[in-house]
Amino acid sequence: MSRWGERFRQSWILRAASGSVRSRESGNPVPCEAALGPRFRGDERKLWLAAIVLLLMNLSAPTLAQSPKPQNYNIGSPATQEQIAGWDIDVRPDGQGLPPGKGSVRDGEQIYLERCAACHGEFGESAGRWPQLAQGKGTLASHEPVKTVGSYFPYAASVFDYIRRAMPFGDAQSLTNDELYAVTAFVLNLNDIVDDKFVLSKETWSKVKMPNEGGFYDDDREAAEKAFWNSNPCMKDCRPPVKITGHASVIDVTPDDKSIRKGGVE
Amino acid sequence: MNSSDEPPRPSRRRVLAGAAGMATAGLAGAARANDANLPPNVAPWSKAMGDGVAVRPYGHPSPFEKDVIRRDVQWLTASRESSVSFTPLHQLDGIITPNGLCFERHHAGIAEIDPHDYRLMIHGLVDKPLIFTLEDLKRLPRVNRIYFLECAANSGMEWRGAQLNGCQYTHGMIHCVMYTGVPLKLLLEQAGLKTNAKWLHVEGGDAAGMNRSLPLAKALDDCLIAYRQNGEMLRPEQGYPVRLVVPGWEGNIWIKWLRRIKVGDEPWYTREETSKYTDLLENGKARKFTFEMDAKSVITSPSPQAPVKSKGFLVISGLAWSGRGKVSRVDVSLDGGRNWHAAKIDGPVLDKACVRFYAETEWNGQELLLQSRAMDDSGYVQPSKDDLRKVRGVNSIYHNNGIQTWAVKASGEVENVEVG
Repeated sequence: MSRWGERFRQSWILRAASGSVRSRESGNPVPCEAALGPRFRGDERKLWLAAIVLLLMNLSAPTLAQSPKPQNYNIGSPATQEQIAGWDIDVRPDGQGLPPGKGSVRDGEQIYLERCAACHGEFGESAGRWPQLAQGKGTLASHEPVKTVGSYFPYAASVFDYIRRAMPFGDAQSLTNDELYAVTAFVLNLNDIVDDKFVLSKETWSKVKMPNEGGFYDDDREAAEKAFWNSNPCMKDCRPPVKITGHASVIDVTPDDKSIRKGGVE
Repeated sequence: MNSSDEPPRPSRRRVLAGAAGMATAGLAGAARANDANLPPNVAPWSKAMGDGVAVRPYGHPSPFEKDVIRRDVQWLTASRESSVSFTPLHQLDGIITPNGLCFERHHAGIAEIDPHDYRLMIHGLVDKPLIFTLEDLKRLPRVNRIYFLECAANSGMEWRGAQLNGCQYTHGMIHCVMYTGVPLKLLLEQAGLKTNAKWLHVEGGDAAGMNRSLPLAKALDDCLIAYRQNGEMLRPEQGYPVRLVVPGWEGNIWIKWLRRIKVGDEPWYTREETSKYTDLLENGKARKFTFEMDAKSVITSPSPQAPVKSKGFLVISGLAWSGRGKVSRVDVSLDGGRNWHAAKIDGPVLDKACVRFYAETEWNGQELLLQSRAMDDSGYVQPSKDDLRKVRGVNSIYHNNGIQTWAVKASGEVENVEVG
């Protein structure tokens, strides 16, 4: 969600606590008889069953396949190289998927001012609530982290691939390859990742080093949050008496909803 | 929009006869009964005939339920095309979300796709690159599975404290429906995987070209290429005609309007899995590929949008779910987590699906601090917000599954609060 972070501010009787749990498995196979349906009754049903048994015995006739084993259904058409080329737009950090072409920081500036700056700001500082693209270095460990291309994105591919498929917002996939390289080069330049003379292309791709490439590590919740696995959680007198420390109504950012009657009891 | 999409309008006769009832319908909670319709009097609907069959070819809820709708929070995002609307959890019961109330999250608006022009491409590290039409997909063997889908940012506005007053806003980025679709494993087998295949690049056909990297092991385990929800075709907001179903994992990877699957040997590090949907911790480092949605629950009634209306017997009701398996138990506290009591789970308990829980009590105007705590069959226990913050800090936006507190006041009003 774009920049939600910046909006952050900030004795009774319990009955019938039986804890009983009914469990049903999804995906049970439907019994064969049920599949025939209620329409078939008595003799008619017997005739149908006999017919199906005869069919099953005759190997040249269609059979009912029950096995989920790997099977080729001969469904789907071969994708041609031309068809694939039209949709194959993803780009990986190692440069796999990069199109032909090139673009300079200087050319990128012109394109950026025309097609991007209205939302992202002339210097990538953001206009209004749209994503900020530049600045923010050194803020990630603070309580006001600013996540930008320069401060947070780990790879140039994360930027390039996104612009290629999704930008400009509302006119996606409209940039030429040269324009795409150029505007990416300019956004990198806004973040002091490449110099003013830089030309981005397949050949210069590996020269781009993103400052926060080392800022990520694989999900370690099962180790780091091991304490959350507990087969015997506390049920009684688990903490001292509780005090209210914050109220959503004080912040008052919830949309008005006239259907809600605030006071409950009449 | 054709006429069958319009909500039903009451007939002229009924408007004339029941004008008083209709006039107060919009006031919901404030509505009062019309004595003319109450015993010993006989109401007009008991005397005159109403609409016949097929007058409402696609049925809609009663006009008296018009407040049961998705809502958004406009200050959250820069535009409605890249934004979210929330499921009205406080107005629902059971575990299945009605199709028209499933929360929406789009990145470039709704792609409106003619099913004749729909294509799914599978290529990359496969023996035979293939293209499927929608009819192709419908010819293949299919399965029916009920799963929850929760946005990783659900409750993301609450990391720094209680902010939004209503479970629709704090927890409404979740829905739970039955999908019909083709196991992704079966589709990949049609193309034939190369031995070095390890990751998939999955991509939507919307104007955001939403793309994520999906580990092959998950794809072969339980992912579906779904085209139906609750029996009917997917709604446009949910990816019509085809979406990816990734059970138990964050909603962002459930690609809607799915157009392409590329098989590769390493992840792509797309914008959505780097600059977004990574969990920034206190030290400035971020966890990546945090796919599973941990066990979580919320009391949907009473809640700020569903205050207590009467003293006496009270049913406390809520939803629980876990991306790591089945919910094994839900506890409820009335004193802010000091003492806990096992709630009753009613209805199906399915893998990676919502369960419905109830706890019954007597309420006579005393102040309550309501909480619920879910456990799953992996042994995971939903943590308190404070315990979660101790490990994660308050910057991560995503994966906030901390225990929610609702304060019930003497008036029956309910408020989202923080406790300490």
